Amino acid sequence: MRFVLPFLACFAAAVATSAAPNGTSENVIESAGMPATLSAFGFFDGSAGRPSSVLIPYQLRTPLFSDYATKQRFIYLPPGTNVAADTDGRLVFPVGTALIKSFGYPAASGGLNVIETRILLHRRQGWVALPYVWRADGTDADLRVGGTRTAVTFEHAGTKTSINYGVPNKNQCKQCHASADEMTPIGPVWQNMQFPRAGDRERMAKMLPTLARLEPFAQWDNAKSGSLEQRARQYLKVNCGHCHAPRGSASNSGLFLDGSASDLTAFGIGKRPVAAGRASGDLDFVIAPGKPDESIMIRRMESTDPGIAMPELGRTTVHREGVGLLREWIAAMPPSAH
Amino acid sequence: MRMRELVFAGAAVCALVQPLQAKTILVAPGDGAQERLQEALIAAVPGDVVELGAGRFMLTDGLSLDVNGVTVKGQGGIETTLDFSGQQGAGEGLLVTSDDVVLREFAVENSKGDGIKSKGADRIVYHKLRVEWTGGPKASNGAYGIYPVESRDILIDSVLVRGASDAGVYVGQSRNIIVRNSTAVENVAGIEIENSFDADVYDNIATHNSGGILIFDLPNLPQTGGHNVRVFGNIIVDNMTQNFAPKGNIVANVPTGTGVMIMANRRVEIFDNVIGENGTTNIMVVGYRFPIADPKYDPIPREVVMWDNQHGRAGWAPQFRGGAEIAAAMGGSFPAIFWDGVGGPDLRPVIQDDVVALSLGLKDVAADTATAQPSPLARSTSRPAALPAIILPESMEAIVR
Repeated sequence: MRFVLPFLACFAAAVATSAAPNGTSENVIESAGMPATLSAFGFFDGSAGRPSSVLIPYQLRTPLFSDYATKQRFIYLPPGTNVAADTDGRLVFPVGTALIKSFGYPAASGGLNVIETRILLHRRQGWVALPYVWRADGTDADLRVGGTRTAVTFEHAGTKTSINYGVPNKNQCKQCHASADEMTPIGPVWQNMQFPRAGDRERMAKMLPTLARLEPFAQWDNAKSGSLEQRARQYLKVNCGHCHAPRGSASNSGLFLDGSASDLTAFGIGKRPVAAGRASGDLDFVIAPGKPDESIMIRRMESTDPGIAMPELGRTTVHREGVGLLREWIAAMPPSAH
Repeated sequence: MRMRELVFAGAAVCALVQPLQAKTILVAPGDGAQERLQEALIAAVPGDVVELGAGRFMLTDGLSLDVNGVTVKGQGGIETTLDFSGQQGAGEGLLVTSDDVVLREFAVENSKGDGIKSKGADRIVYHKLRVEWTGGPKASNGAYGIYPVESRDILIDSVLVRGASDAGVYVGQSRNIIVRNSTAVENVAGIEIENSFDADVYDNIATHNSGGILIFDLPNLPQTGGHNVRVFGNIIVDNMTQNFAPKGNIVANVPTGTGVMIMANRRVEIFDNVIGENGTTNIMVVGYRFPIADPKYDPIPREVVMWDNQHGRAGWAPQFRGGAEIAAAMGGSFPAIFWDGVGGPDLRPVIQDDVVALSLGLKDVAADTATAQPSPLARSTSRPAALPAIILPESMEAIVR
């Protein structure tokens, strides 16, 4: 891949000189700068609710939980470029690509009250993450490399919850997106992606004929989409596997939830805590088969104390439904599994 | 290429290597400290100094540094405090993920998780720092005070760490390490070197912890096989704070009143220390007791050597099963040095200290200590060649000189 990038870069540079459709600015994407406002990219037409038609909206069958926020995801591909993929279905994007993700909560007036838009830019030197926070009037969003917190009240399952929603700082973006110190996208894996707009799936599949044959991954909250085991593993992969990977930011834990675990201990089953500190509570194992109440994993996912909570970033509430799935999965494990 | 062109090319290369305009970014406490300080840590370029003003920075989230070659410098461990008592997120107070970073002359207080963590951060210097949970020993305190992991070349010099519910200074899965001139007080473990290679721990004070200095190796981690550790010139006294770690943690198994504990490591030297007033024992050498499913892992300690340590009182209140019975049989006091005895005489530690030393004679690492078959360990008359001193890059030593 490394030697392909320069070619893609040259190609992207060539097309960058052509007129950009719908006002998107390839120069801004590819330059070294950090634009102070989101509007500099031209991804949105004056508000978060009006994405440019050149953006390809997509959804994830199993998404990362972020405090019940609604997320809107888009891909921007430079004109004339193609997406490739590795054998696992992970998409490989050309230089000049932007991955765009807005976070918000349903507004009282209907529609979505978008708080922030995070963008991942594929520049010649690698991927760069930038967090933008929308202004109160919703006309533009400002770069906040230092992150911020903002009070949000939302309703979920009939209950109103008020939280101090966290916009990550630029380094925190990398904490999840780093693989051995290189920034990398996490979400766009073909088997976990859905394209809501007519024609997009076909357009992508045309670029990636080998992927079209791959079976979609289980959807965590749809029992028809896979077994309990498949759904639990997929939930862990999406919610934990970006850090809990041999090259991720939790590599030192020896707990690998990205699908790479070669034995049950590395997957947490019968694994004793290493550096969990008080987060382990008085429990002995990350996963105690048959005993969700005695599993450190469940304890940490049900906590909102920063010294205990997992994932460490982007969560100030408990994902009841997600933890419910994992409880069911652990309870169903035969106690002799380790 | 002609000579003149070569010179120009060389100059151009130097210009690339040397930071063009290293600068100091001043950050003062006060409103918006979280975002201002975090933005400074992001805006810094290699060679820059982020200088923290005097006073208390009230922080609402974890901070992080991911730029190589940056120095974060305060006005002193009392004068500049990063106060995390209002922290709402992140697993540590300050996280460093870049190389050649210097952290000096500031304090971190009451972080919800670890105090300062550096991961994959080579050639890091921790100098004149204070990391403290100000309420003293409590199970609700964060785990580690100073926590470098998966790194090469680590210097921890002149730090004070207090109140960690796991280890005050914890170095994990790293290599080429020096911890010196530092003080660890009222932590569960004062200083811990775990799953690491090549470490010198010297001229420190470890007191009022549950265990003073721990040299451990644990299974099922990316780096196992900890070895080549020297512990010398330290004062390791009165580590009698009741162990306050949550039960599942490995350090919860450290008996209150332990001076030095070596578990499952290889080639460890303990010499020239002052060790005393530790109610369980002054020096303990044991295997990893839990069931393991890691074929790479060796649970048995090997090649442990002790000499010229000055021992004070020890063993009047041994805190493990069977300890009191052995103490009673020995006239009321447990010995200053003990080994679990696993592996038999071939694996016995080399002990030249002039104190009573005991083998528990356990048949395997998992055996109940209440089934001990104690027998005295004779003093050794010779010892193997000493391990070499740890040498860090001169640029790191220059920073603390």
